[in-house]
Amino acid sequence: MSLLEIENLSLDIGGVPILKDIDLAISSGEVVGLVGESGSGKSMTALSIMRLLPEAARASGRIAFNGFDLLTATEDRMCALRGDDIGMIFQEPMTALNPLKTIGEQVAEGIRWHTGANRPDAEALARKMLDRVGLPQGKFPLSRYPHELSGGQRQRVVIAIACALKPKLLIADEPTTALDVLLQAQILDLLRDLVDEHRMGLLLISHDLAVVAEMADRITILRGGEVMEAGETARTLSVQAHPYTRQLAAASMHVPARRVALPLAGRVSAEPTGGGRRDVLDSPDKAPLLSVRNISKDYPGRRTSLFRKPTPTRAVDDVSFTLHAGQSVALVGSSGCGKSTLARMILALDEPTSGTISIRGETISGRNEASLRHIRRDMQVVFQDPYGSFNPRRTVEWLVAEPLHLLDSRPGKAERRELVAQALHEVGLTPSDISKYPHEFSGGQRQRISIARALITRPKLIVADEPVSALDVSIRARILDLFADLNQRLGVGYLFITHDLTVARAITDAVMVMHDGRIVETGRSSEVLSHPQSEAARALVEAAPDLHRAIARKMQEQG
Amino acid sequence: MTDEAAPAAGFLAKAFANRSFVVGFVITALVAAMALLSFFWTPYDVTKLIVADRMQPPSAAHWFGTDQFGRDVLSMIMVGARNSIAVALVAVGIGMGIGVPLGCWAAARGGYIDDALMRFNDIVFAFPALLSAIMITAIFGPGAVNAIIAIGIFNIPVFARVARAGSLAIWPREFILAARAAGKGKALISVEHILPNIANLLLVQGTIQFALGILAEAGLSYVGLGAQPPMPSWGRMLFDAQTRMIVAPYLAIIPGMAIVITVLGLNLIGDGLADTLDPKLRHRR
Repeated sequence: MSLLEIENLSLDIGGVPILKDIDLAISSGEVVGLVGESGSGKSMTALSIMRLLPEAARASGRIAFNGFDLLTATEDRMCALRGDDIGMIFQEPMTALNPLKTIGEQVAEGIRWHTGANRPDAEALARKMLDRVGLPQGKFPLSRYPHELSGGQRQRVVIAIACALKPKLLIADEPTTALDVLLQAQILDLLRDLVDEHRMGLLLISHDLAVVAEMADRITILRGGEVMEAGETARTLSVQAHPYTRQLAAASMHVPARRVALPLAGRVSAEPTGGGRRDVLDSPDKAPLLSVRNISKDYPGRRTSLFRKPTPTRAVDDVSFTLHAGQSVALVGSSGCGKSTLARMILALDEPTSGTISIRGETISGRNEASLRHIRRDMQVVFQDPYGSFNPRRTVEWLVAEPLHLLDSRPGKAERRELVAQALHEVGLTPSDISKYPHEFSGGQRQRISIARALITRPKLIVADEPVSALDVSIRARILDLFADLNQRLGVGYLFITHDLTVARAITDAVMVMHDGRIVETGRSSEVLSHPQSEAARALVEAAPDLHRAIARKMQEQG
Repeated sequence: MTDEAAPAAGFLAKAFANRSFVVGFVITALVAAMALLSFFWTPYDVTKLIVADRMQPPSAAHWFGTDQFGRDVLSMIMVGARNSIAVALVAVGIGMGIGVPLGCWAAARGGYIDDALMRFNDIVFAFPALLSAIMITAIFGPGAVNAIIAIGIFNIPVFARVARAGSLAIWPREFILAARAAGKGKALISVEHILPNIANLLLVQGTIQFALGILAEAGLSYVGLGAQPPMPSWGRMLFDAQTRMIVAPYLAIIPGMAIVITVLGLNLIGDGLADTLDPKLRHRR
């Protein structure tokens, strides 16, 4: 008998159907992947198992855990199960922990509650668990607070809480979505080991087909609250019997069609920091679009004593590179490597500590806003978070028109409307969207609006900071197409900041790998990604989930 | 989905769905209507003293009775409402008009300007507001105008603090970075992006300060530093009544109730608005 059996689970919230006849089974020691895009009902399925649904929700069907029906269980019985026999890991490690309690207290809390153990015993067990998830005593005493840990470390604490009582079933809802590829690989390894050790059943929920393909024995594909396809991972993903499976797989391996041999206006030339080799430009007659020379940025460190000067932290360390018009370059690196700091300096939102940045031969550092205006016109920005990058109280017209502030002659009302409509058209939105507010759009549409805003001054360079990492795979594919298309039609150059190598490979000519504030490797995208030289690049390439590779491996395992 | 996504009009519509907001709104509207009415009509003339009618208990002719000079208490309450509301409104206006720009400026500039402004704020905060208002009116002389100024000055740091805290939460957002990439200066960003996003906070604080303003005005009038006779005011009605508490308790109870009800109404509005602002709180009700 399976550990968990879900039969005909249907769910509606306030009369709106959310799930329809879901069937799913997990045995001990088995990893089942639940894949789907936003709004497909993945999380609601998980919350149904935990019985943590919103108040207006009504569920029908059967969820049997060890033969015991969870849907009819009393709340007391559920409280006893949650965190003991069923553990759950949440997506956002930043908010899944209580900021006022130490990590020791938070791991021990569940242990004490469920086993009635006294504080020292519970803390001893918590200590063991934290050691197990890779937070050893020496560096991570129980008295640490969540804010003293990085995102990956916090996710380890969340895993420790979920696994402390060796649950029979572990539910992981997008456990690595908020992390970069290196941390993702580490966390997935840890989960796999814990599942093997304790013969847990793991329900792994993700929108990322590649992640699930690597981890899961069987997968279930959800769409609009219905199971589209379910079966063994290898067969399901290699045969792709259901059209939606095919569509999802195609989207996650999507590479926008671009002219393959895009004539490079100049070679990207960023040499490993400290190297004596200066760049050799293919077209030295023209000033490069963007030239970064020996840029460094220090942030003031934490003051440890009143009398000692705080030691500054170096976020960006002696970085140099050039970028030519029409080129698109990826800046790849793990979280905290200084990518975003570098981007902010290029956008003249932050002053470098030393070094110079010039756009078309004009230095941008040390200028005031007024003399920056004509430079700003040539470069615009697209941010990661499609929800945070708009003022919620303004209409699309106002928001998209905002960079027109940079023009010397402000366009009149009618002309402004015309320009906004044109920019919206450029990114595939209709002019009727002009008077709507940002909350009326989906994440993918908002990212289009964000691109429209960046395009309206006809810039030569768009700095895009993780522009697709918050989007579903199919929407991501479409946004990448849009970027590639705009590059070809309008000749916009991109500096793409990402930790995701598939994005880098898909739409950029060249890749720069950043590590600890330095650029450690540079080259054509395909070369760097297939033959990484530096250790940092190799680590990124190895950690990146790859659907082809994952399916091939599963084929071998599952025959 | 957060509620902040909704534009301002939707916010007020939601506020009217909140029970305490509606109750508070009705009470406040009644008091305001009474004050407005007093400009055109009161049952009796409050400046005319009719000694023959003095100290009458509530009756059909004088609903709330008459005071020691024979003035109609209902009429005095009506005219007093006008005074209370005017003082509190202008005081809130002074506080907002000066405090909000200061707070926004401190948040936008940061560094030593922020430090200096906020430390100065702390100093103003350190004085009990009513005591300092007494000090100001004692120096510049009693009267409604000085009361307004005194209460207004002590509203400034309150609004500066709220505006600064709200702004600081908005500044690191990505749309602010986008606005900066669009070449907008800090002042323009404060007006175009920050203010609309902290308006709700300021509205809530505004109603609370309004209620406190009415209390402060009553307090100042009570000690004789507010509006001067013959202009009736709730605080001085209380003061006049206290020596006659035993013979005519209604003289104290009625202005007291007027103050309590008005402050209650405003606080309910503030409460309702705050609930509307915080969707998490609202769902729990």
